[in-house]
Amino acid sequence: MAIVTAPTKACAVNPLKMSQPIGGAFAFMGLRGAMPLLHGSQGCTSFGLTLFVRHFKEAVPLQTTAMSEVATVLGGYDNLEQAILNIYNRTKPKIIGICSTGVTETNGDDVDAYLKLIRSSHPQLAKLPLVYVSTPDFKGAFQDGWERAVARIVEVLVEPNANGLRDPSKVNVLPGCHLTPGDLDELRVILEDFGLCPSFLPDLAGSLDGHIPDEFTPTTIGGIGVDEIASMGRAGWTIAIGAQMQRAAEVMQGKTGAPFRVFERLCGLCPNDEFMTFLSEISGRPIPLKYRRQRGQLADAMLDAHFHIGGRKVAIGAEPDLLFDLSGMLHDMGAQVTAAVTTTQSGVIERIKTKEVLIGDLEDLEGLAKTRHCDLLITHSHGRQAAARLKVPFYRTGFPMFDRLGAGHQLSVGYRGTRNLIFDIANLVIAHREENDQPTPDKWRTAAGLPPYSGYRGPIGADEGAIA
Amino acid sequence: MSSLAATLQNIFDEPGCAKNGSKSEAERKNGCTKQLQPGSAAGGCAFDGAKIALQPFTDVAHLVHGPIACEGNSWDNRGAASSGANLWRTAFTTDLSETDIVFGGEKRLCKAIKEIIDKCDPPAIFVYQTCIPAMIGDDINAVCKAASQRFAKPVIPINSPGFVGSKNLGNKLAGEALLDYVIGTQEPDYTTPYDINLIGEYNLSGELWQVKPLLDELGVRILSCISGDGKYREVASSHRARAAMLVCSKSMINVARKMEQRYGIPFFEGSFYGIQDSSESLRQLARLLVERGAPTDLLGRTEAVIAREEAWAWAAIEPYKPRFEGKKALLITGGVKSWSVVAALQEAGLELVGTSVKKSTRKDKERIKELMGQDAHMIEDMTPREMYKMLKDAKADIMLSGGKSQFVALKASMPWLDINQERCHAYMGYVGMVKLVEEIDKSLSSPMWEQLRRPAPWEALAKAMEQMRSPMATIADNPALAETERRATKICVCNTVDLGTIEDAIYAHGLKSVAAVREHTNAVGGCCQRRIEDILVSEPSALRQAAE
Repeated sequence: MAIVTAPTKACAVNPLKMSQPIGGAFAFMGLRGAMPLLHGSQGCTSFGLTLFVRHFKEAVPLQTTAMSEVATVLGGYDNLEQAILNIYNRTKPKIIGICSTGVTETNGDDVDAYLKLIRSSHPQLAKLPLVYVSTPDFKGAFQDGWERAVARIVEVLVEPNANGLRDPSKVNVLPGCHLTPGDLDELRVILEDFGLCPSFLPDLAGSLDGHIPDEFTPTTIGGIGVDEIASMGRAGWTIAIGAQMQRAAEVMQGKTGAPFRVFERLCGLCPNDEFMTFLSEISGRPIPLKYRRQRGQLADAMLDAHFHIGGRKVAIGAEPDLLFDLSGMLHDMGAQVTAAVTTTQSGVIERIKTKEVLIGDLEDLEGLAKTRHCDLLITHSHGRQAAARLKVPFYRTGFPMFDRLGAGHQLSVGYRGTRNLIFDIANLVIAHREENDQPTPDKWRTAAGLPPYSGYRGPIGADEGAIA
Repeated sequence: MSSLAATLQNIFDEPGCAKNGSKSEAERKNGCTKQLQPGSAAGGCAFDGAKIALQPFTDVAHLVHGPIACEGNSWDNRGAASSGANLWRTAFTTDLSETDIVFGGEKRLCKAIKEIIDKCDPPAIFVYQTCIPAMIGDDINAVCKAASQRFAKPVIPINSPGFVGSKNLGNKLAGEALLDYVIGTQEPDYTTPYDINLIGEYNLSGELWQVKPLLDELGVRILSCISGDGKYREVASSHRARAAMLVCSKSMINVARKMEQRYGIPFFEGSFYGIQDSSESLRQLARLLVERGAPTDLLGRTEAVIAREEAWAWAAIEPYKPRFEGKKALLITGGVKSWSVVAALQEAGLELVGTSVKKSTRKDKERIKELMGQDAHMIEDMTPREMYKMLKDAKADIMLSGGKSQFVALKASMPWLDINQERCHAYMGYVGMVKLVEEIDKSLSSPMWEQLRRPAPWEALAKAMEQMRSPMATIADNPALAETERRATKICVCNTVDLGTIEDAIYAHGLKSVAAVREHTNAVGGCCQRRIEDILVSEPSALRQAAE
């Protein structure tokens, strides 16, 4: 049971956290022909946009209601109306996803009412889905925005299963925002190998996987279609990945009666054993040979890598679900999760295999890593300055990852994904040791990264310690 | 917030700006920023602009007073380089919560300032106002004033909440804060007759260091660079400079003009992008310094350095000329840098099929006309879809633009080069322009493009099958139809003149030169000059020969 501590500082230094609205907008990016719209001043959108573009190296659709000072005082109705009409006329979207920001939450814009008014005065919008989710900047974090947006999409767009008939081969997958497009593709293949037909909501693998479309599109270039979302109620099962998706799965069940199961982790041997068993049960098929082989390969990778990962003192900073998943896998490999920092409250953080989890920033993580002599740092790209100062191997994961390529294809799910992840981390540790920690005659006594061993007190003290 | 409103009015009334000067009184009141279009706006807010302008001060702690979005989503995202302190890359924010918004964030801000001083003890703290504390009425000016007194340290309020306007406006508001609270508050250790200020230069990718050695060689000292690789002490004592150069055109014109007014520091607008521009800027700097009393030998020494550097740069570009033969470039940038880059690219042998002039002034446009001819294809505002089409139809071989439009080019499998602030190469000065040409060549000559443009084998097959059934196949079988098709090829795009018309004119009047063709047809002969030359030297088509 980990103790969860909240910050007492007035000034966050080097934030780990990102804001709710862009987490919400991110969820809409997994819908086909979508245009996410932040109801706030244009900077709210431009900062988020830059962040997504640098992470995915892709064109990202994201618009703004461009609230000015005057509009903020008078209320944002006109701006929202104009924005929706402009987007409708210029980009012909299939859906507009609207997220509020700190500005419009503080002045108290009643967006739900606005949307009703806008619809009644512009009949051409009758068939255009407009999904609004409240995501104030001053509450929660990126992951919360995603969680709320997906729950809201289910609430608004999924149609109730009127006749109660289910297609047992159809499965809904509600992935958390910690999964990459590469992860989604991996899961899709796994489900299809069991003869299941998955619908991912949201499906970032369709829009931000880096494919080259035939035509220029100002909206998202792929993802799950609005029609497909509507028919999700007929699925035999809903699989939610990450505790953050529990809520959306519950909404789905409440609306359509589709049973659900939450997999809090999909990285590591045991979590995937559970996952495969479940798939075998719901599909009525044996585990395909391919996955029996992959399981063996993962087991072997763990054997090879435990020399390097085992015993490492790891400092991890990530959003709750990613932190829970990764720290669990590393703990299973014999590493010690020595410093853990996350962004927002969640049910899973108490169960992280460590003594204490801090809801804080990268300054906290860096400080803890230093005082507790961590020798592996895992967080998003903003950890690069800390890693350079700490001089420890640094594994980039999560969002944003702007200073390395391939962020969209980094795998962590499934036997194969876990195997690759373990190799990547172990190789990083090996490379770092080769470059920085070659043994020399002078430093045998204090191996790099370790605290001075209490038995030794310099050369003379060492002898005494040995005798005692 | 009345003081912020007053500052805004003050900024909009900018006599140093030619565009502003030509406006009527009423227009001027409306300000120089266009009204933002909800739903089709792009670009940053005023806070973004203020942060961009000031963040390159490397030893200052930049504290953002707002909810997590303003700093959490944006920190450490710019490529300015520092030669020393790294504090500017540390993000500080009050990360306002719901409780702060209900009860006010001033206390939290005050505590945050104290925490920073206890931890880092920087020479100064810049406190940035954002939308939400501005809405709830947090008075950062008062908090900063109190904190300055209590901690005996400059704590500077930067009053530029996002919703007051665009990024450009934020640049100016940042400048106002420097003028009000920083510039002139300290004295330099010593002064020389060669002290200058660079205003609006951000040292992205460390590009200032490609020019600084030349200044060092001339003995010119950068007393303060606002703000690239800048230090608080330098800008605080920048009022002792003898001359100033306004580097990034209009973004900080208020700083340059008011420093001229208050401290008598003359300034000029210049650029270190492009070979002639670099030379011109060095010349101007030397001239201003000499006018302010520097020894006149500076002029001669400057000319010698210019001659040497120019000779080197032109020689370095020369080998690329044959490689760029017939290659066409499309230039989409903010506009201010357009003409200076145009000159260099043309010298390297690239044909420019268009350049954006969205942010250019009338003077900029005139220079572009001078360089590219009267028919210069100036693009006021191009939608991504149009850009994509232009590239896809191979009307250009390479696009040079800012990061925002990069995927338009890349997804059309066309070469693209980043020439805006996020780029990773430094293109400043003589060295930089040669580097730019080198990068263009690397991109154009990559064998990758051809592979990418080739469709997958199965797609090619499917296409061929389709073509066999299409009307194009009938055309291929019918020489008369094919000839009509050939004659319909557009030669002059500007005035829509087709190949047939030009050929007929050539044969009817026995024309020999482009000028003659221009007289007898509507063809402009500007961008299509080369195509007309080709027609003049080409053999008459088989059908015409048969007819004759």
